[in-house]
Amino acid sequence: MRIFLSLVVLAVIAVGIGKTLMEIPFGEDTTNVGGYYIQSGRDDTGAANIVTSVVVGYRAFDTLGEVTVLFVAAVGLGAVLAVGSASGRRRDVEPASLVLYTGCRFLFPLILLFGAYIFIHGHLTPGGGFQGGAIVASAFLLVYLGCRGRRIRHGWSKATESLGGLVFVGLGLLGLTAAGHFFLSNYLPKGTVNHLFSAGIIPIIYVAIGFKVGAELAGVIDDLVEESE
Amino acid sequence: MSFLESYAYYVGAFGLILIGLLVILVKRNLIKIIIGLSILDTGVNLFLISVGYLASGTAPIFSREGIDSGSMVDPVPQALVLTAIVIGVAVLALALGLAVRLYQNYGTLDMRKIKELKW
Repeated sequence: MRIFLSLVVLAVIAVGIGKTLMEIPFGEDTTNVGGYYIQSGRDDTGAANIVTSVVVGYRAFDTLGEVTVLFVAAVGLGAVLAVGSASGRRRDVEPASLVLYTGCRFLFPLILLFGAYIFIHGHLTPGGGFQGGAIVASAFLLVYLGCRGRRIRHGWSKATESLGGLVFVGLGLLGLTAAGHFFLSNYLPKGTVNHLFSAGIIPIIYVAIGFKVGAELAGVIDDLVEESE
Repeated sequence: MSFLESYAYYVGAFGLILIGLLVILVKRNLIKIIIGLSILDTGVNLFLISVGYLASGTAPIFSREGIDSGSMVDPVPQALVLTAIVIGVAVLALALGLAVRLYQNYGTLDMRKIKELKW
């Protein structure tokens, strides 16, 4: 009965959506906003990657809100798992073998380097702060899985996270006062498109986001691993 | 062009969304419901990306001089999905944390046995 009811609900939704989607042509140019961004994104923001110029240039305020959502979710996870967590029931985990341990220690800095490359070149190549941050967090996940018993220091993780957020907000507020005229305006010199030092505040903000997301996701992994042991 | 050929991405994306909804509605194990939520999330992301797709378009990146800006796909849905994926990960982690806490309180992940969540 329950399954039948659910299927009826889904069928209604599917018919409604299907009728609407028939009106939206697939693979054709359907919007104007995106066209404007592509035409003038390079001149407005100086970033070669138009997706980046949308995320950190035109819609940087959205991104600030999104970083806040991520922060709230990470803090919420920490709060949910910290309340009443039984202490002293931690089992002694078997240490990892030498091969696994050495392999993890060898790969850890390389993955960090790759993540840093991704978020430093966010305005030139596919990638950016969020993707690079996720790669940095995956390096920590490798260490947690491979070298069991190793932990990140909470002080460092929290400090990195806060610093990333503060740089983002601080740069935005400077845009209100110094040379710019609105929150998160791009007031630094834009330089030549397709060079590493270009696009004004965009690379700085993306590096800050990279550190913040990396620290936050590593903290999430830390919370979950701690809970499962 | 046949129907499936021209709407393959929409069909796939909404297939994923409907599968996710079905899992959420039918399953009673909390972990499976969270998996359904994740499938739904993937479907929504795929749908947004396919709305912005341009037939034989390129990535919206001016990686070298002389790239035709007319053939670039719409960057706005890509920017939205970029943020949606990160939010999806955060929501997934929070949901799993709540599931862990519920399991510790009730000793089960079955929704029927967790009294407050019965329907």
